[in-house]
Amino acid sequence: MSTDAQPAVEARLGPVDQIPLGEGRAFLVGDEPVAVFRPRSGGLHALRAICPHRGGPLADGLIDGEVVMCPLHNHQFSLADGTCATGADDVAAYAATEEDGELVVRLR
Amino acid sequence: MRRLVVVGNGMSGARALEEILARGGGEQFAITVFGDEPYGNYNRILLSEVLANAAGDAAQRSSTVGTGEAVDNDDADDLYLNPLDWYDENGITLHAGVRIVRIDRHAKVVLGDDGSVTPYDVLVLATGSRSFFPPVEGMWASNTELTRGVFGFRSLDDAQAMLAHVEGDAAQRSSTIGDSHRTAVVIGGGLLGLEAAAGLQKHGVAVHVVHPTEVLMNQQLEAEASKVLRSKLEQMGMHLHLGVKTNEILTTGDAAERGSTDRGQRRVSGVRFTDGSDLACDMVVVTAGIRPNIGLAMVSGLETQRAIVVDDKMRSVDDDAIFVVGECAQHRGEVYGVVGPLWEQAAVLADVVTGANPDAEYHGSRLATKLKVAGVDVAQMGVKAPERESDEFVQFSETGRGVYQTVVIRDGTLIGATLVGDVSKVAALTQAFDSRSALPEERIKLLFDLGAAGDESAAADLPDDTQICNCNGVSKGDLVACVEHGADSVSACMAQTRAGKGCGSCKGLVTEVVEAALGGAGTEDPADSYYVPGIPLDKPTLMHEIRTRELKSVSSVFAALAPDGREHVGSKMGLTALLRMMWPDDVVDERDGRFINDRVHANIQRDGTFSVVPRMSGGVTDAAQLRRIADVAEKHDIPMIKLTGGQRIDLLGVPKEKLPEVWADLDMPSGWAYGKSFRTVKTCVGTDFCRFGLGDSTRLGIDLEERYKGIEGPAKMKLAVSGCPRNCAESMVKDVGLVAIEGGQWQIYVGGAAGATIRKGDILATVDSHEEAMTITGRFLQYYRENANWLERTYDFVPRMGLDHLIAVVVDDTEGIAAELDARMQASVDRYVDPWAADQTESTPGQFHDALPLVPLPQVPVREGSHR
Ligand SMILES: Cc1cc2nc3c(=O)[nH]c(=O)nc-3n(C[C@H](O)[C@H](O)[C@H](O)COP(=O)(O)OP(=O)(O)OC[C@H]3O[C@@H](n4cnc5c(N)ncnc54)[C@H](O)[C@@H]3O)c2cc1C
Repeated sequence: MSTDAQPAVEARLGPVDQIPLGEGRAFLVGDEPVAVFRPRSGGLHALRAICPHRGGPLADGLIDGEVVMCPLHNHQFSLADGTCATGADDVAAYAATEEDGELVVRLR
Repeated sequence: MRRLVVVGNGMSGARALEEILARGGGEQFAITVFGDEPYGNYNRILLSEVLANAAGDAAQRSSTVGTGEAVDNDDADDLYLNPLDWYDENGITLHAGVRIVRIDRHAKVVLGDDGSVTPYDVLVLATGSRSFFPPVEGMWASNTELTRGVFGFRSLDDAQAMLAHVEGDAAQRSSTIGDSHRTAVVIGGGLLGLEAAAGLQKHGVAVHVVHPTEVLMNQQLEAEASKVLRSKLEQMGMHLHLGVKTNEILTTGDAAERGSTDRGQRRVSGVRFTDGSDLACDMVVVTAGIRPNIGLAMVSGLETQRAIVVDDKMRSVDDDAIFVVGECAQHRGEVYGVVGPLWEQAAVLADVVTGANPDAEYHGSRLATKLKVAGVDVAQMGVKAPERESDEFVQFSETGRGVYQTVVIRDGTLIGATLVGDVSKVAALTQAFDSRSALPEERIKLLFDLGAAGDESAAADLPDDTQICNCNGVSKGDLVACVEHGADSVSACMAQTRAGKGCGSCKGLVTEVVEAALGGAGTEDPADSYYVPGIPLDKPTLMHEIRTRELKSVSSVFAALAPDGREHVGSKMGLTALLRMMWPDDVVDERDGRFINDRVHANIQRDGTFSVVPRMSGGVTDAAQLRRIADVAEKHDIPMIKLTGGQRIDLLGVPKEKLPEVWADLDMPSGWAYGKSFRTVKTCVGTDFCRFGLGDSTRLGIDLEERYKGIEGPAKMKLAVSGCPRNCAESMVKDVGLVAIEGGQWQIYVGGAAGATIRKGDILATVDSHEEAMTITGRFLQYYRENANWLERTYDFVPRMGLDHLIAVVVDDTEGIAAELDARMQASVDRYVDPWAADQTESTPGQFHDALPLVPLPQVPVREGSHR
């Protein structure tokens, strides 16, 4: 079911350091569960929080500079664009930025 | 003469009869058969063809095979298994069209719906299954009648009713849909559904298949295989609606025409999906599964669960005179839905019933299915995909041609194969699968004829555009080009093309192709020896570097030792465990280097909740503890309380954010049921209560667990202590298992396993005292911690190091390192902190925040306790 027509949703989610370095945390942006990651190598990345394979919680996954690994079955998704390198479907990627120390996530 | 009565004249009933006759049962028994279908015995499998083939002659069949008499029609030869003559010739009385409604087990008679009462000495139930109709609005016209235009697909009547409907008179048709274009919706994209869909397509009907998941034929196929099938079916013009469910069957009334609002006069006009959208159609075929016919057995007081429960002689567990065969039988928890197993069951039943071999036993069947689904060849046997880390998985995919093949191998035997599009190797595979015979060293030979020209030729023979790695889309040509540009090893090609870097299942094939391209000149692949894939060092070198450079955090190890200092997700856990072992005093605890289980000290479950297992050393508890656990379970609505294989109590389904509260309420330490760590020591009751006990196994078990609790390592460590060689704690299949023997001694077994792998442990030592048993166990575990590869369980570690070597180092101290090993283990023991107590308040921000906010998860069903 296409969601092309949805208006862009943007949410300010509070201080960036509520996400420990090298980990991810889950937030709700509008109706969308979003996992935001803060790799040690820098930057912020946001993906839909639910693994398309079996519904695993991506925010609980291990990350490196490039991918997050779902804790249930080890599928890996690119932090940058949500593509899956391990054969599952891709996951939606969103824009995450830091503005004045605050985490901002934008859907589409 | 004794009387044998068979209820159910389907495929297994008839097969049982044939087997009984073949064993001289015709002389022993007066045989009577009841079947509630008004035909002789037919081949249900061919119903797909009946539906697909020119409708004319099948329809004719229906008019000629009237009750009881016309089953010997020539046209029907291939459909019917046994003509009427066959029953006559063998002196069998057939009552076709008679349904048995009750068994009077005291009087030993069966009662028919025609009022008949038939005595038996031996009764065979072969009642098969029926279609399952999910509860969907509009499905039924009355309690017993489907809405007009709705069909099941199980019997000859079903097939003929469908044929009559699609070939039905044009006038009626046009009044329904407005023109001659007909549309059918098939609910359920399993084997039967696709067969029905393909059959209907042959009649020019537009067919829509509705299936609740993305994976068609999910009983037989995993996602990749299903995708290949799916694109084939779409090419054939089938409309697939995947991941959607049907909410309602829409009907249209014939009030004007018939002057009635009775539902029976309504007919199908469409379906409505759960998302609210509609699809117009004038026919719905329901193939949403089957259910065994067990009503007769139930009213007659036989034990039924999913089906009628039988023992290994195919006898009802309640009644020695009653045998059960086919889809209505449940044997060792299995209920089968294809004919292969039925043949095996029928042979055992006949052996026992006729006394030809009274000791015959059925031990279950391995399933192998070969089908043509809608014109696409599919063969499937055993498991669909690898289930354990150690399973080998060979995968070949040529999507352009619609070919997809996989085999799964465990411990050198074939345990599963899936072939889609090309089933030319099915015979050899089935043979290997059934006989568990040895497999070619090069697994790819299972899928391809490599010819006699040498091993490379198979890979060499593949066309260049053959896709080798599906995850990263790497073709054979890409790999060969890589070699031509100077790559000289398999890992070099893998690094450059990313082949094999996805799921990893194609690594074998990548190796084949590269080695063939290198012409056997390839260099040994060093990557195999790395402790973790992200750091190109084996474990001893890695430990040396870590020690000399004093690297005490995961990030510093990556920075110093990884190529370009790059982090690698799949290496973090292994490094964390290694550093915690190497630096018990001053490891820098980077929580992001831990797996989620180790971040929150609980085991993640498939729905994102966690399981909580408190420590209960040696599996010994008391009333107060149990009462507290019960209180916690009630207070927090724990959905399931389960005893674990390691003799612990597991509270399942705890949301992450509730963990600290549950720990606090339990007021017990962590049982470490989540880590790559020392897990549990299983014990028997030893000398305290057991009249056979030779050693105090309970005490030793508790002491071992209190001492080594939570010690982390390369993989989990499961222990057991048994008080005598009866071995009730199963010590021989543990990472370390101790057994008390006569004379106050303990045998110490190491490297045993009874999980994915089964291995009997080897005796490391026989010691004289409790203290010595504690020390040797600790020393072995420390040696294992320091020398095993990441995720290498003791069952691989022990044979790799060699038992003699282990005895020399750990017991005889030939290398003079025993004291160091003991000291390092002691340091870890001394540094032990109960993680539940330590993390009562957050160690990192949001440590216990739920990771899936406010979205309903795939629910794990809540199981009621076993009160019955
Ligand atoms: C369309 C179709 C295609 C199939 N294709 C394949 C295939 O390709 N490969 C494969 O392996 N399997 C296939 N199967 C499955 C296979 O047909 C069944 O596994 C097999 O028929 C089961 O045999 P059975 O004797 O247990 O049950 P059935 O064949 O269903 O026989 C049971 C009989 O008992 C009768 N009965 C039930 N209760 C009573 C009663 N109380 N009194 C009297 N009679 C009663 C029923 O009416 C029925 O005639 C297919 C099935 C269908 C419907």
